[in-house]
Amino acid sequence: MDKLPARNLDFTADGSILVFDKLCKNYQLGAVELKVLREIDLIVKKGDYLAVMGPSGSGKSTLLNLIGCLDRPSGGKYYLGGHDVATLDDNELSAIRGKHIGFVFQSFNLISQLNVLENIEVPMFYQGMSEHQSKVRAIELAEMVGLGDRINHRPTELSGGQQQRVAIARSLANDPLIILADEPTGNLDSQSGRDILNILDMLYQQGKTLIIITHDEDIAKHSQREIRLFDGRIDKQWYNR
Amino acid sequence: MFLYKTKRTLKLGIKSLWLHRLRSTLTALGIIFGVASVIAMLAIGEGASRDAMAQIARLGSLNIIVKTVQPPEDQRATGQQQSLQEYGLTYDDAERFRNSIPGIQVIVPVRRVSHQAWYRNRKIPVEVIGTVPWHLETSPIRLVMGRFLSTYDMDYKQDICIIDERVMNELFKFDDPLGQFVKIGSDYYSVVGIVSPQPIAASSEQQQAKDAEASKKQAGANAGNVYIPLTTVKNRFGEMSVKISGQSGANVEKVELQEIIVKVANADLVLPTRDILQTVLERFHKKADYELTVPLELLEQAKRTQRIFSIVLGSIAAISLLVGGIGIMNIMLATVSERTREIGIRRALGARKKDIIFQFLSETLLLTFAGGILGIFFGCTIPFFVTHFGNMPTVITASSLLLSFGISGAVGIAFGMYPAYRAANMDPIESLRHE
Repeated sequence: MDKLPARNLDFTADGSILVFDKLCKNYQLGAVELKVLREIDLIVKKGDYLAVMGPSGSGKSTLLNLIGCLDRPSGGKYYLGGHDVATLDDNELSAIRGKHIGFVFQSFNLISQLNVLENIEVPMFYQGMSEHQSKVRAIELAEMVGLGDRINHRPTELSGGQQQRVAIARSLANDPLIILADEPTGNLDSQSGRDILNILDMLYQQGKTLIIITHDEDIAKHSQREIRLFDGRIDKQWYNR
Repeated sequence: MFLYKTKRTLKLGIKSLWLHRLRSTLTALGIIFGVASVIAMLAIGEGASRDAMAQIARLGSLNIIVKTVQPPEDQRATGQQQSLQEYGLTYDDAERFRNSIPGIQVIVPVRRVSHQAWYRNRKIPVEVIGTVPWHLETSPIRLVMGRFLSTYDMDYKQDICIIDERVMNELFKFDDPLGQFVKIGSDYYSVVGIVSPQPIAASSEQQQAKDAEASKKQAGANAGNVYIPLTTVKNRFGEMSVKISGQSGANVEKVELQEIIVKVANADLVLPTRDILQTVLERFHKKADYELTVPLELLEQAKRTQRIFSIVLGSIAAISLLVGGIGIMNIMLATVSERTREIGIRRALGARKKDIIFQFLSETLLLTFAGGILGIFFGCTIPFFVTHFGNMPTVITASSLLLSFGISGAVGIAFGMYPAYRAANMDPIESLRHE
């Protein structure tokens, strides 16, 4: 239950949640330095619905890891909710992840030993929310994604679409700044995929900030703004709506 | 809050242990056996130790026992032609002890003669013990009926005797022995008292049963003791005893006293007095026809031996506990790598390294504590069976329970730490990609 570190800069005044300032990420592969992300500048404001596109090897996954605070940049600045991510230690990164990022993975990544309710409660548990409060919130979220009658089921007893809905409910648990979805429909049939996209659209309507990483044009069309990565750089970006 | 977190983590631990029931049970077995063997071994060691201590304590820790022994052959060689052998402790020795050594409280000269005792048509072999009224002060016997010897009996060489319970049970199955006459040799002695072996103060019921059994065994060789005034014995039986040996025919031995028991005032005086006795005896006895026994010394020796015994047993058991711990570590490492993905998910959802450590450490601790409790259960059952079927005394001490439980906890922490630490330090990105 570490307190979040003090903010270095307050970008939130103009609604900027995420700011990349010449963000770089290099990997050392033996003697060769692999530049995966090269000087990316990006600002995401509250309520944005951003789709990150790009062919494989363009740096999508690396960008996802950086946005999700699973990794630290090698150069440039990354401000999330005013915190300079590069300066945070492991505990603070964990706290930021838990509080400000809601992950939705391609393979759902639910914990198989836990039932639906307990899975949704996991992020709240690590934020130190009380038992009663987290249970109430988890039930509320399960109902929101249409799984109010399945709260005691194990992930293995659910269909892929239902599992992804649980994952979305879980990502919303701590009311994060950003919901970060990595190919959320990649493992689903088209109908379930449409359901998931409808839920994401609904979240956008409610004013949540979403970043979706995908290579699927159709999914990207749902977004308000698209970014195309190529070779570690932002190749193009445009607004859909 | 912390309480809720702990509760939640423990619940999770139980859940995942329950998910792999067989594996958890097998893992805990190492600890169960380890703890059980620590407790059982210490109980057996402690039981044997107390048994030995009790036996020695019966001799009296403040006593020094001087016994007559036959001098070794080579020293007797010169006397081979003589038919009369004279050796052993004398009344003069007793007198000298009394006059020359300070700090002695009681001196009990004892003359023992093996004989047969008759009552009506019953006959049993007995040990006639010629002694003095203060014999009770040095011997672990207790008067249960009538009286013991008095100075009057000594002065007037009364034909009275005190019999022990064994003699009473053999000779007087139906009669009240007090006032009856027992025939020993050609003389009749009036029974004035009954004695019985004194139980050791702190001994348990089981110990008493064992004592009774031991005295029964002894009874096979010698049905019991009859106490008679020393002066009477000297008068009636004399000091000669005839031994028939194969080659030289009859061999007459003259022994005045079989035993002198010296009791000192306190434990510090035991060893110095022993040395003085030794010196005095050396001066007056040319032949090595005596033997000094110091129960206190035996006691100390027994304690030392027991300590070594306990350490050896304890270390063997501790090694088995260690092996159990290594087994746990092995399984936990396997569990951690099996659950790599779960760890990645938890890290992504905001778990700090210490949350992960806590989660895996609590699982290990649950295993070891469950193992410890079961181990204590088995550890307490094994000595019970050993006592009942192996006929060995066992004592389970509270400290051995605490010790083994503490060790199992320590094993849990020591061997759980590394797997937990490894789990916590996995790269979240890598572990999320793990299949």
